Amino acid sequence: MPEKKEDIRIGVFLCHCGSNIAGYLNMEELAEFSEKLPHVTFVQRNLYTCSEGGINEIKKGIKEQNLNRVVVASCTPRTHEPLFRSSCGEAGLNPYLFEMVNIRDQCSWVHMKEQEDGTNKAKDLVRMGVAKAALLEPQESIMSEVQVRALVIGGGIAGMTSALALANRGYEGGLVEREEALGGLLNNLNKLGPTMIEADELVEEKTRSVTGNSNITVFTNARVTEVQGFIGKYKVDIETESGVKKIDIGVIIVATGGRPFVPEGLYNYDGKRVVTQLEMEKLLKAGLDPAIKNVVMIQCVGSRNEERPYCSRICCQTAVKNAMLIRELNPDAKVSILYRDMQMYGVENEEMFRDSKAKGVRYINYDPANPPQVEPDKVRVYHALLGRDMDLPADLVVLSTPLVSQEDAEVISRLLRVPVDENGFFLEGHVKLKPLDFATDGIFLCGSAHFPANIREAVAQGLGAASRASIPLSKGSVVVEPIISVLADEDACRGCGLCVALCPYGALEIQKTEKGRKVHVIDVACKGCGVCAATCYQHALSINSFTDQQIEAQLEAFLD
Amino acid sequence: MSKDILVIGGGIAGMQSSLDLADMGIKVHLVEKLPSIGGKMAQLDKTFPTNDCAI
Repeated sequence: MPEKKEDIRIGVFLCHCGSNIAGYLNMEELAEFSEKLPHVTFVQRNLYTCSEGGINEIKKGIKEQNLNRVVVASCTPRTHEPLFRSSCGEAGLNPYLFEMVNIRDQCSWVHMKEQEDGTNKAKDLVRMGVAKAALLEPQESIMSEVQVRALVIGGGIAGMTSALALANRGYEGGLVEREEALGGLLNNLNKLGPTMIEADELVEEKTRSVTGNSNITVFTNARVTEVQGFIGKYKVDIETESGVKKIDIGVIIVATGGRPFVPEGLYNYDGKRVVTQLEMEKLLKAGLDPAIKNVVMIQCVGSRNEERPYCSRICCQTAVKNAMLIRELNPDAKVSILYRDMQMYGVENEEMFRDSKAKGVRYINYDPANPPQVEPDKVRVYHALLGRDMDLPADLVVLSTPLVSQEDAEVISRLLRVPVDENGFFLEGHVKLKPLDFATDGIFLCGSAHFPANIREAVAQGLGAASRASIPLSKGSVVVEPIISVLADEDACRGCGLCVALCPYGALEIQKTEKGRKVHVIDVACKGCGVCAATCYQHALSINSFTDQQIEAQLEAFLD
Repeated sequence: MSKDILVIGGGIAGMQSSLDLADMGIKVHLVEKLPSIGGKMAQLDKTFPTNDCAI
């Protein structure tokens, strides 16, 4: 124990969260209860503890009441724990002598209609938090150097943009592309909406900038086969035609893109008379056959269904763009778009949509329960307003299919230890707080690897990911949270390696020491998940701020 | 060349830009016309889809 029990002075701050918590729990009762808990010398209720006023109250409490432990009972630690910790730090208290109790998500939100039970549960949680806080020990942040080089995986528009942005800031890096040429899906496109510039021009310009930049090493026909390390110190194996290249880098950007869904077996797809929107781009690029007079497009083919519930977002704008281009090339051609809902977000897209209607593109809504039928020379669709089937003559049928995740997304996911979602797209660290970062520090993502993105979005995300990756690169070092695994009892460790096999972050290794084989924690790589400590049958490993002693104290407090 | 950067607008976009730049070691001047930063987001309650408190 760090200090004698009588020295411990805990301050409990109960947050009303406006009416989010106080509207459903009896805060007065909770405050009275908290005052009687062991070591608690100060209790205060705040309207919003996370507001400037609330933060100042914590600081004032630490200074004026000589608090040496702080407990905040409020919302989720995911968003506010770092704030409260740093506030403790600013007031001169070690930031890790802080404990957070979630009485919003776990009490007021889930027990909105049971004030008494909800309040009792909040009391239990506060009592447990206080019991743990009494045993907390100060921790020091961990500093580690960063190798000032980056690796971008994927040479499509997002990856090229990222690599260029980093290179232009003066950071060296590698760009790995699986195919022979850079450019990704952009190589198959014709003109790009809404400005109708040629895709080839964009690819050529970007490729020239990338290959001509001395800060970027391009690996084509190449794959990442091995990734070891952690933020600042990654060792990566790249398999190329001329053998395996090993590079040392500090950060990784995932820009592996998406893959167009091939609608085998849907709407008589044959790649000739019934084609995908991507194949349509090729037809337009080659100059459309003037004999094509009637075109029918069908939206949401293979998406927004049970298997793929998501909307790929970019197919509607592609369909409208291609419909306009068909009408430009063959002015007498009739183009009909059969849709479920039109996804035309943004000023230019909406304008293009309006423009296309004025120029004679026909839009017919269809019901997914009664989908269009593709027949040899026509498409039959049920028109809800007319209340009957309509036959549309069709020389060409174009299916708008979604972008799906890459086949090797799972492989990359395993190599980098980053998650993918239920559709196989890479999952960001947090929708709003870390949209271009993974939960694992030092790895970033952009473009359609995350979710179908149009060119503008892929470029914006590419620039954003490069910007985020620049933070550790420009600092040259990283500070990591010290809530990590430690070998608390070296003698107990038998070097069995069970923890090494189970660690999801590759943060453990077995080292030979004078005392024999012992586990070593790579502190920068450890995320403090606790799997190792829970597994170690010798109780040799322990997690800072989650020691057996602290957790046992919480359990005992609960059972009191 | 001066390396300081001016960010105009203290909503979520302006604040995130300022933070990232500051983390890169660049001095940022953030200008907001209202008495407090936070913009529209400071007026929201919970935000979709994670239901985090906007403030």
